[in-house]
Amino acid sequence: MSTTVVQIAGEPDTVPLRLKLQRIERRRKLKAVTLVLPLLLFILFAFVLPIGQMMFNAVHDSTLLTLMPRTTAALRAWDGKDLPDEVAYAALAGDLSQAWEQKTMGAIGKRMNYELPGTGSEFTSSAQKARTLSAGPYKAALIEISPLWARHDVWSLLKRGSSAYTAYYLLRSVDYQYGPDSQIVASPPDNSIFRMIFLRTLGISIAVTAATLLLGFPLAYLLATLPPKTSNLLMIMVVLPFWTSLLVRTTAWVVLLQQHGVVNDVLLALHLISQPAELIYNRVGTVLAMTHIQLPFTLLPIYSVMKTIPPIHVRAARSLGAGPFYAFWKVYFPQTLPGIAAGCLLTFILCLGYYITPALVGGPNDQMISYFVAHYTNEELNWGMASALGAILLTATLLLYYVFNKLVGVDRIKLG
Amino acid sequence: MRKSLMIASILAMTGFAAVVLAPAKPAFAGDQLTVTSWGGALQKSMRGAYFEPFSKVTGIKVTEDEWNGEIAKIRAMVESKTVSWDVVDGDRRSAIQLCNEGILEKIDWTRLGLDRSKFIGGDKYDCGVPSFISATVVAYDKDKLPNGPKTMADLFDLKKFPGKRGLWKNPYQNLEWALVADGVATKDVYAVLSTPEGVDRAFKKLDTIKKDVVWWEAGAQPPQLLADGQVVMTSAWNGRVYDAIKNSGKHFGIMWDAEMWGADLWVIPRGGPRLDDAYKFIAFASSAQAQADLTHYISYGPTNKDALALVDAPILPDLPTAPEHMANSIETNHAFWAERGDELRQRFTAWLAK
Repeated sequence: MSTTVVQIAGEPDTVPLRLKLQRIERRRKLKAVTLVLPLLLFILFAFVLPIGQMMFNAVHDSTLLTLMPRTTAALRAWDGKDLPDEVAYAALAGDLSQAWEQKTMGAIGKRMNYELPGTGSEFTSSAQKARTLSAGPYKAALIEISPLWARHDVWSLLKRGSSAYTAYYLLRSVDYQYGPDSQIVASPPDNSIFRMIFLRTLGISIAVTAATLLLGFPLAYLLATLPPKTSNLLMIMVVLPFWTSLLVRTTAWVVLLQQHGVVNDVLLALHLISQPAELIYNRVGTVLAMTHIQLPFTLLPIYSVMKTIPPIHVRAARSLGAGPFYAFWKVYFPQTLPGIAAGCLLTFILCLGYYITPALVGGPNDQMISYFVAHYTNEELNWGMASALGAILLTATLLLYYVFNKLVGVDRIKLG
Repeated sequence: MRKSLMIASILAMTGFAAVVLAPAKPAFAGDQLTVTSWGGALQKSMRGAYFEPFSKVTGIKVTEDEWNGEIAKIRAMVESKTVSWDVVDGDRRSAIQLCNEGILEKIDWTRLGLDRSKFIGGDKYDCGVPSFISATVVAYDKDKLPNGPKTMADLFDLKKFPGKRGLWKNPYQNLEWALVADGVATKDVYAVLSTPEGVDRAFKKLDTIKKDVVWWEAGAQPPQLLADGQVVMTSAWNGRVYDAIKNSGKHFGIMWDAEMWGADLWVIPRGGPRLDDAYKFIAFASSAQAQADLTHYISYGPTNKDALALVDAPILPDLPTAPEHMANSIETNHAFWAERGDELRQRFTAWLAK
């Protein structure tokens, strides 16, 4: 034993086995990392980064801070009670003329309009007039130029602007806003819609999930029990629409359901109805089209779980005296639960983010939260609101997933 | 082995970074000019009256794109310095707003070689050349409604004209029309709409038909909605209705009462690579002859005062600028909408979603 030790120690240039192993191990790890790296980078750039940016945009807004630097700095010392002092007004005059020179009044006015509708244009015109002011006292002069500068809520808004972070967008997304003294108040009823929209999104998603389950479960059972020849044919009929573009399927529903569409024409011809039924641009059309699109998502996990349930279980139950329904309910059904959970979760979460289908076959009362995310991104260019709504939807989805996990257990669900 | 792997991964990383970070450059080059308009019959008419003759005369190829007034797109292009739209046919609201924000080129009329005073509304806009006058009107199917609507109140009268109506998914025009239907004179509409009570009154009037409205978003939709029988009448751009009557043989009627008219503007997004060609194109499309040619394709009124004389007499009554149509009409007040648009759009969006 001792000779071997001496031998190894006596040959200093041979590398110990442990080190050799370590080196090979490291090389293997490096190879694995290199293989994973492209995907990792892709996910980082295309998924984690934009979503992080979105969450950040929901609370970050430095418009006032960067475009009105003097005023926001001067307002840090303001106690928020009466109107600010001369120093703040002098700073404002400086910022106004800078805004005019750099053509940033539009951006500032837009930001102010979000919280105090109608102040934006007043701001732009006062920036134009404030150029003539060259010396103080500014307070009286600016109030003379525009009554805007005697408004307490305007100054409160500017003071809130001295921080680059704002809760405004998140508050608006749940129908709250800042009052004149920066306290949190409920939005006026004319503008408070988002709580209702979130509930609507939830309601439609639940309805569609329930409908796909009701339709999908019997069909999955049929597919799993029929001989392969028939079930394969049926399976193709289920999966074929699944391979068609979502847009095409949605437009097909328009053709079917519109006022003088196929469905109404048939019903009219059969004298079942005397006037065309309203099947589209309302909740009926939305739920119908979404159920059709989501059906395979609910059905396939249930089907693949059912395929794994040996038929002898039910036969054993029957031979022991259970009735057909009892055997199904006590023996077969519990075994399908992991599939049901997987299918419903998949459908429910996909439904929460639906945009194009409600937009095409729904009415204004059927638009879900994604519609408003798109509306704020494309039409209003209000990225703060879009981000806040998106962030709340994402958080709500994760929360629901967490609750689901607690109730059912994600490890129990099976996709096949 | 290790070294080569590292080199490979570094290469892969830099390649990836280059793909991600490299700014997307407009793919066009050479004598190509991208002109963006509103699609449909309007764009087809422009192709016949402007794009093709322009290419023939100058040899500059015109590439077309379409938009629906999404000013965010232009803003994003200019801000990211990837302007791929050289000339855009913009509505006045967008033109005013973008001009104030410094997103558009200021028009140099001497460089255009045109007389600014010859253009209707030419003196009002720094960043645009008035391109044509269009109007939003109420259209209906004569086969289904032989006694069509006569006044704006009929659009809101569900007893007299039961059935769905098409309206633009936008507060403007709808609020004005709601007030007119509620008895406000066309000349007082904006004075009333400037008061909070006036806005409430307009929304209240819209409430009365809300459940019977099919909302459209693109100009090509209203004639389609009428043809499909989805609506009994609809607000529509007069040119689109004219096109459906003339070229698709539809028996549509137009109610001109309280027509809302306004001019579109040719605008140039700032920082585009083909400014010279853009000027050349606008000068061409604003000439009296080209504008008169446009009326052969679509019933939009010319802005160039010289063009009216070149318009064929039978076409004149179909133009929104015909004196009998202008008698009781509203000129869309874009200053009002620039000022109150944000606020009213927010309220409209909320109203719609309820």
